[in-house]
Amino acid sequence: MKAQAFSYVRPATIAQALDAFAGADGAATYIAGGQSLVPAMALRLQAPELLIDIAHLAELRGIALDEDGGLRLGALTRHAEAHDDPLIAAHAPLLALAAPFVAHPAIRNRGTLGGSVALADPASEFPAMMLALGATIEVAGPEGTRRIAAEDFFQDLYQTTMEPGELLVAFHIPAARPGDRCVFDELARRRGDYALVGCGVKLAMPAGTVDEARIAFLAVGPIPTRARNAEDALAGTRLDAEGIRAAQAALGADLDPQDDDQVPGAMRLHLARVLLGRLLGRLASAP
Amino acid sequence: MTAPVAITLTVNGERLTRLAEPRETLADFLRRDLGLTGTHLGCEMGVCGACLVMLDGTPVHSCLSFAVQADGSAVETIEGLTESAAVTDLQQAFHERNALQCGFCTPGMLVTAQGLLARKASPSREEIRDALSGNYCRCTGYEAIVDAIETVARRRAASREELPA
Ligand SMILES: Cc1cc2nc3c(=O)[nH]c(=O)nc-3n(C[C@H](O)[C@H](O)[C@H](O)COP(=O)(O)OP(=O)(O)OC[C@H]3O[C@@H](n4cnc5c(N)ncnc54)[C@H](O)[C@@H]3O)c2cc1C
Ligand code: FES
Ligand code: FES
Repeated sequence: MKAQAFSYVRPATIAQALDAFAGADGAATYIAGGQSLVPAMALRLQAPELLIDIAHLAELRGIALDEDGGLRLGALTRHAEAHDDPLIAAHAPLLALAAPFVAHPAIRNRGTLGGSVALADPASEFPAMMLALGATIEVAGPEGTRRIAAEDFFQDLYQTTMEPGELLVAFHIPAARPGDRCVFDELARRRGDYALVGCGVKLAMPAGTVDEARIAFLAVGPIPTRARNAEDALAGTRLDAEGIRAAQAALGADLDPQDDDQVPGAMRLHLARVLLGRLLGRLASAP
Repeated sequence: MTAPVAITLTVNGERLTRLAEPRETLADFLRRDLGLTGTHLGCEMGVCGACLVMLDGTPVHSCLSFAVQADGSAVETIEGLTESAAVTDLQQAFHERNALQCGFCTPGMLVTAQGLLARKASPSREEIRDALSGNYCRCTGYEAIVDAIETVARRRAASREELPA
């Protein structure tokens, strides 16, 4: 099928983009990489009257260190850059580790981190990794800009705390510390398919024991989910077999996947446990 | 304002200005407005990879972009890659190895292969398979395609070594 007719504008600044949205009486949509929006429009799941192309907004670009040593990632950072960029590898390795699992190479050349997170598909890798990394999300609207913790950003299936017309501008990610260890993996039926379950783990282990664990799952519910009970079970352990088993057991209190047409909820929880066990085992045996 | 708008882009090395309706995909623009039917359309939703073209040097799906988004960009289709001889060795290897039967998937396969070898000179078979994860072929069973790309990677590596330092 083909998209319904629409008009197209290409603003040069955030202010122009917000104005264009405000003038369209609710019938406008922003387009970044278009890798989710174009197929949705082709299937007529979405039929905006005005398409506002934000791909040329310089204010939404750039990968750089903040004054406080953290990383600022412009919303237009492409999936492929998440995979290749050295600053991301140093400070947000979970994004680089997850990138190869997101769609296919050509989609990664166009798709943006901002688009993926704004869309908030619960089976998407990057939203969950923003949780695991403790990212803050910078958003611009008619009233100015505000920052939202990733923790508070995802509300429900495809729903975020962004108001209609607000623009996701950038991600702010705390600087990596020595002794941080990260790992990501997922289980899918075929390569490039959306995951049945995926998980990113970030451990702060400066001296052999786990000071802090951050564990985030994707595809286990309507929003990306932190496994706080599993995190608590790991904290203070030396990442030994006992600690890993305790974290796996604790997942039952963190995740409550529902039955769907792919797999029963109980199987998804089982797969989540298997996956977490593998990931922690990998971290434990890493030099 | 859903009326056609003028866009200027470079297609296969030639700069051109055309009117395009905003709703027209880059794939339809290339095929219908420019007659470049080597870009194939299968699923029109980013799944099959038949529509891949080079956009500013990297492989992208022409079904997942509106032509107006490409205003100001450089596009290379299979026709351009053929004419410039950029993929002649790949085409030859596909032919030798029977890596195509009906040929519907081939333009997309070649664009993916070209993109992969630009990023990674000597990919493993595993990496080749991974790169092809978004390209469907209903005929060959993929094995011959992986063989052909692997062969070209080796040949290109060998010819680089032969170059005087
Ligand atoms: C075949 C296929 C397989 C895929 N597989 C995966 C996968 O395995 N995992 C995965 O995570 N994704 C997958 N995707 C989706 C892909 O990652 C998308 O690129 C990404 O979800 C959206 O990024 P985009 O820049 O293309 O956004 P667009 O498609 O341009 O926009 C998506 C939505 O976000 C909004 N938006 C975009 N940017 C902003 C912004 N800065 N501020 C406010 N709103 C904004 C748009 O208005 C739109 O509603 C797949 C897509 C395809 C076609
Ligand atoms: S036609 Fe574009 S991916 Fe199938
Ligand atoms: S050769 Fe027929 S689809 Fe690949």
